[in-house]
Amino acid sequence: MIETKDILETIRMIQDENLDIRTITMGISLLDCIDPDTEQACRKVYDKITRCAQRLVQTGEDIETEYGIPIINKRISVTPMAMVSAACGDPLPFARTMDRAAEACGVNLIGGYSALVQKGFSAGDEALIRSIPEALAQTERVCSSVNVGSTKAGINLDACRLMGAIVKEAAERTADQSCFGAAKLVIFCNAPEDNPFMAGAFHGVGEPDCIINVGVSGPGVVRAAVSKYPDASIDQIADIIKKTAFKITRMGQLVGTAASQRLGVPFGIVDLSLAPTPAVGDSVAHILEEIGLAQCGACGTTAALALLNDAVKKGGVMASSRIGGLSGAFIPVSEDAGMIDAARAGSITIEKLEAMTAVCSVGLDMICIPGDVTPETIAAIIADEAAIGMVNSKTTAVRVIPAIGKQVGEMLDWGGLFGSAPVMPVNRNSPAAFIRRGGQIPAPLQSLKN
Amino acid sequence: MRAVITVVGRDTVGILAKVSALCVDFQANIIDVTQTVLEDLFAMIMLVDVSGMSLPFAQFKERMASLGQEQNLSIHVMHEDLFNSMHRI
Repeated sequence: MIETKDILETIRMIQDENLDIRTITMGISLLDCIDPDTEQACRKVYDKITRCAQRLVQTGEDIETEYGIPIINKRISVTPMAMVSAACGDPLPFARTMDRAAEACGVNLIGGYSALVQKGFSAGDEALIRSIPEALAQTERVCSSVNVGSTKAGINLDACRLMGAIVKEAAERTADQSCFGAAKLVIFCNAPEDNPFMAGAFHGVGEPDCIINVGVSGPGVVRAAVSKYPDASIDQIADIIKKTAFKITRMGQLVGTAASQRLGVPFGIVDLSLAPTPAVGDSVAHILEEIGLAQCGACGTTAALALLNDAVKKGGVMASSRIGGLSGAFIPVSEDAGMIDAARAGSITIEKLEAMTAVCSVGLDMICIPGDVTPETIAAIIADEAAIGMVNSKTTAVRVIPAIGKQVGEMLDWGGLFGSAPVMPVNRNSPAAFIRRGGQIPAPLQSLKN
Repeated sequence: MRAVITVVGRDTVGILAKVSALCVDFQANIIDVTQTVLEDLFAMIMLVDVSGMSLPFAQFKERMASLGQEQNLSIHVMHEDLFNSMHRI
């Protein structure tokens, strides 16, 4: 029989330390739904999503009951919609179809209103990108992402420029909902094709027809484990984090396997991410503070985060046969109680967050900036972040929310998992001339691996 | 399928009897039990086979949880595989 202390440890992790499966995300390919007739295409899209995912929520709830492990979100990702809508022209009906299909399946978010333009715009891409603000304002559940750069292709500066304006417009169109549109829009460099986490999830073209990906969580568990060893050396801390990450990931592997068997769909990947929530005791910032920083953002934050991110991967990689997605520590501001406190206290700045994104997964995430920041500055924030991703062969992303009508220090509040965040200051020197040059930042030497 | 029932709380007379009685009522076969009392904290772990139960697993869980509430104990019923996968390589 399993040892008593192990059983009690698991129960404590779930009850007291917020251990959960953050998301089971079903990836669905819509390539077979392409049709030059918009109405036909939308009907096929709706039918395919609802057919594949009709049992997703119920299956998730069954597993939750049986295993006693909370599964917070059940979600859907689809083929980048620009590829599906290109034959029709207007992509907006597809956004509305995604929203209806998500509602019918009972999922709270659906990702894939996306375009991949790292090397340039193909048919349908620009139309989809220009429709993003309207699509996010008209729909409730649709999430959008655009990949503007990669290590292999370089950075599409024209796309960065366009996205700067689109982010701002998405916020303006939803100003009465705390600019929520911009919180459902992510701009990537090196976007992963099997990411289960929203808002950036989409189903890559190299993926199978339908697949189950799982995102784990567990910052609270890691923090609790570290807190038991106040005098441990840093390499001992790395070891403690590895052991904890192993256990968390095994749980993800178990749930993913069970879900895939019950749904009759192949199991894709476990995303080994430490995904925080605004709930007390579920913060990545608090892990860094437990490691020994007075507040997140202090000197040493980047080093502590690098260790945390690496140890999570090392522990997780042995626990699952399929690792993918973003896999690393997330550092969103609004979704992390410790980050919110650090931002309000002025301990963390956008510049420090940018440095942190060089050593952890993803990028500048859920950060509120003043509403009067220019589109060119937002474009330049995107280009900076994409450059970090491009040169380091890693995923980076930008999800900033221009707080329309608000200034530094004021708050935006969305509630739930999205949380709240103070508006943070941005360097106001204009990058407009740089952004207006347009064109393509060439791929770095790192791309020449063949 | 086998499930692990954990019971934690203040020690009182008859906890083991009440939990086992509920297992008997619904045909959950008890395979193994470990139980300790540390000072006045009672901790019991019971491995049961739930494949031949007379009611759905979710309802069995609810009945155990409400027994826990009545007795001021924390009672959880979870699939055995969760513990195996987390704690065994």
